[in-house]
Order: sequence, then C-alpha cells, then structure tokens
Amino acid sequence: MSVAFSETGRAEFERLMTRYPDRKAVILPALHLAQKEFGYVSDEAIVYIAGLVGTSPAEIEGVATFYTMYNRMPVGKYHVQICRNISCSLLGAEHLIEHVSKKLGVRPGETTPDGKFTLTKVECLGSCGTAPVMQVNDEYHENLTVESIDRILDPLP
Amino acid sequence: METVLTTHFANERYRLLDTYRRYGGYEALKKAFAMDPGGIIDEVKKANLRGRGGAGFPAGVKWGFLPKDLSRPRVLVVNADEGEPGTFKDRVIMTRGPHLLIEGIVISCFALRAYACWIYIRGEFVREARIMDEAIAEAYAAGFLGKNILGSGFDLDVTVHRGAGAYICGEETSLINSLEGKRGWPRLKPPFPASVGAFGLPTIVNNVETIADIPWIVTHGGETFAALGVEKNGGTRLIGVSGAVNRPGVYELAAGTNLKEIIYTHAGGIKDGKKLKAVIPGGSSTPVLRPDEIDVSYDIESMAKIGTMAGSGGVIVIPEGTCMVRALSVLMNFYAHESCGQCTPCREGTGWLKKIVGRIEAGKGRKGDVELILDLCDNMMGRTICPLSEAAVMPAQSFIWKFREEFDRHIGEQKCPYGNRF
Repeated sequence: MSVAFSETGRAEFERLMTRYPDRKAVILPALHLAQKEFGYVSDEAIVYIAGLVGTSPAEIEGVATFYTMYNRMPVGKYHVQICRNISCSLLGAEHLIEHVSKKLGVRPGETTPDGKFTLTKVECLGSCGTAPVMQVNDEYHENLTVESIDRILDPLP
Repeated sequence: METVLTTHFANERYRLLDTYRRYGGYEALKKAFAMDPGGIIDEVKKANLRGRGGAGFPAGVKWGFLPKDLSRPRVLVVNADEGEPGTFKDRVIMTRGPHLLIEGIVISCFALRAYACWIYIRGEFVREARIMDEAIAEAYAAGFLGKNILGSGFDLDVTVHRGAGAYICGEETSLINSLEGKRGWPRLKPPFPASVGAFGLPTIVNNVETIADIPWIVTHGGETFAALGVEKNGGTRLIGVSGAVNRPGVYELAAGTNLKEIIYTHAGGIKDGKKLKAVIPGGSSTPVLRPDEIDVSYDIESMAKIGTMAGSGGVIVIPEGTCMVRALSVLMNFYAHESCGQCTPCREGTGWLKKIVGRIEAGKGRKGDVELILDLCDNMMGRTICPLSEAAVMPAQSFIWKFREEFDRHIGEQKCPYGNRF
C-alpha cells in the first residue's frame, strides 16, 4: 500500500526543500514528517521519501535505522520514554522504570496489547537538572516520582 | 556577579522579541554592523572565549581557520545537539533567551561572512525547536534576518534542523553528515570543516552557549569578557549541576569558580545530608574526581592539571552509598549504545566494556577482569576517527583508578555489596 503526505505535510516538505543547498538534506526532516503523519516510518514511507528526494529506498533506510527516534515499527498511542542515564539513575530512575513496567504490564521495548502505551528506556534526554525525566510522545515530564507518573499516565485518554 | 547570558532569564517574556529589545536586544548587532568583520573576530580572540561544547577550543582561533579567499560561500552551524549526560544548559538558553542566540548568530555570520546558518538541535527537544522557530520567525518579520538586515546589505538565512536521537551527532563532523541527510558518522580530518564542511562549503561549527556569548562581547569588548574569567578561559560559564544535590540546576558563574563552592554553595550541598562520594565534573565523559580533589578552580586549564576536564560544564554529583561499579555500568551501556559503529576499536571496545563491567556488577566478574578493562582501554585510546571511544575510556579508567577496591570486592564476593541498586 503506498502512502503520501497530506496537503499540509506536502507544503511543509516543499518549504523544507528551500532551506538547504542540497535536496538530500531534507531526509531527516522528511522522516520526522513521515513519522508524524503516518505514526511510524513504514517501508512504504521509506519508498515514498526516496521518490520525493530522488534517491534509493536503501539510502533512506540506512539513514532511518541509524537514528533511535525513527520508529520502524508501530508504537503505542503514547510512547513513554524514561531516561536511564546517570543523573536520572542516581535519583531513582530504575525504580520508576520498574514501576511503569509493572503498572502497564509490559517490559521496556514492548507495547500494551491495546496499543495504548509503548514503554522504552532511553539514554540521556538532556534534562539532568530536573531528573528523573521521561518523555511521553513529544512532551517532557520532569522531577518525576511514582506518584507524579501515575498522575500523568492515569488520565490519558 | 556580572552575568553575560542569564541576566533576564527569570522573565518569561524575555523569549519574545519586544521584551528582548526592551532590554537592549539587537543593539550589539547594530554596533557590529558598524565594525569591520575582522575587528569582531579580534574582539572574540581577545575575549579568550573557549568553545562551550566540551572540547574548549578557542573560538576566535577556530574562526581564523576559514580560508582567506572569499570565492566559496561560507556557513555557520550551531551545535544544539546537547547530549552529553549531565549537560542541560543550551536548552536553557534556547527556551529562555532564543533571541540571544539569534543575535549571536547574525553577528557571527557577519564576522565570518557566512550567508546561511543551521541550528542543529537534538530531536528530542521538540519544545526547544518550536521556541527557536517562533523566535526566528519574529526576527525575520522585524528585519533582523533575511535580506539586507537593518539596511546593512548583509543577507542571512537561519534554519532549525532537528536531529533524530544520536549522541554521536554532537561531534562536529558527524553533525555535518547528519545535517546533509546522512548517517551521523564522523569524518576523517583533514579536511577540517573550516575548509570542507557542510555541503562541501567552508563551515564553522560552534556550540549554542559560545554563540550566545557573542553579543555581550561585541557590546562590552573582548577584554572585559576575558576579565570575567581567568587567564586563557574568559567569561562566565553555564554550569549544570545534577545528581544528589539540594538545588540542581544551571548556574551562570565566572569561569574559574571553585568546584567545591559550585556544589556546596550554589547547588546547596549534598541531598539528604549525605556525604559526597564522587564528582563527574564536566559531562559523563570526563574523568571522575574523589571528594578530596574538588577544591579546584573550575576552568579548562586548572581541571586539565588535575587530570580531568571542565568539558561541557555538566557537574554530576554522586553521594555516599552509591555503587561505583553500577554507576560505571550505566555509563558503559550508554557508550556502547551510542558508538556509531564506524571504527572497530570503539564499536567492539564499547561493547566489551559494557559486557565486562556489567558482569562484575552482576556478581559474575572473573579474576583479571579489571586488568582486562584497563588493557581494552589502552587499545581504544587514540585509535579512532572521533573521540567517542576516548569518552568511554576516560570514565572506565578513572572509576577503576580511584575506586579500585569496589571492583575487587564485587569480583571477590561474587555479588554487588550494594544489592544491585542505586
């Protein structure tokens, strides 16, 4: 099944094309756009971007798989990413990961059966002064405790 | 104390153009346009402005590496890929004072005669990228970016480019490859970016904080900036203190402030009244210090003298009761995960460091494992294209040199004496 950007997505892609002296520089932004529009970077999305940029799907895939933020498989509606690096670990991140894992009934790297949550352990999010930190989709949540995590995750529709 | 960057950061509206201008924003740019580009570079040299990304290279000297001949267009790339664990200062500049960065960019590009600038911002910083985009749009609308800026005849385009989750892209040649739409593999040097950089053009890559210092330097003069800090390391620094302290956060302090004072006075001392066990002073890659080593001036030269680095200004405070093997294991997982895989000593070496430190922590360490780690480290130093390999080695070696007994005890007792927990 082929995919295509929405009208706004296409306009954003065209705008991006004017910002660089080389068309291949749009590959990273186009992959972000694809993930936003299609939910994840599917094989079809890779073929589509290759066509737009004018290069091979292999080249696009080589780029997409290098970076951790491009999901090559579907993720849950809420992608819960908890930092496990040093400053967060010193303030209890391991315990928080266990808590969320138990709470959602999935191990890190897994998605709940209803497709609502994916739990991932991630490396430093660059927010060490407000550790422990997690990112849910695009949004940062800082100074986490077991209680605040519950308050953040429980009401999500 | 005089502050260069954070003076108005408490004001939420400082991120908006009109508030920024009310506090004198973009006046430095007007002054710069009346100067000779070479004169601006001279001020930056006099300022003793050292790169704030971690390596501490003198910014004015770096700028001087651009080819003299102007036949090829030049570009500036701002490194906002803040990813060194323990570092969270550029984020503060971008969210609190985005116009400070933009004004710094315009002045720097005018001095360097660059026609375009990309701000390479780590992909996770979605909010920060949005704030920068909004500020850039304001600057275009007000004529501080675009064609014929303030009637000077100088044109400049600035674009935010988002990364996608790769620590290695903080290394400048990897960042350039990533900007070009490639995997973030570091490049062999030479050629250096100043001669062949982004899109094959002469390129300067500078950290966010480095560029944000430029307007103040133009306004007050390089010598005034230099005088804020210590010899060879001018100005102030944004120092991020994290880990077990009472007041974690970013503090703007004179370069050369005492490290002990940073931790105990500014950051409020160790959390829960505990004792200090160790300090990683300049981001996770920098060699760890024992408590008896922190009475030191926090500047590039003084830190180098005691065998470590001020790095990216990220001070990570480790309290008593922390298992140093476990702490190292967290770091080794990180470097193994982030090695780009291009050079064998790093790709294999970081993997082995992760495995061996991991098994020691798990109570399965073998006799001779510590020597094996040190031997591996020797084979990883100076044998790769970029410094990621060394960034993994420096914590590994220093943790062992300074906390050897903990490693031996894990292996001897075949368990973690701390119960495998932080």
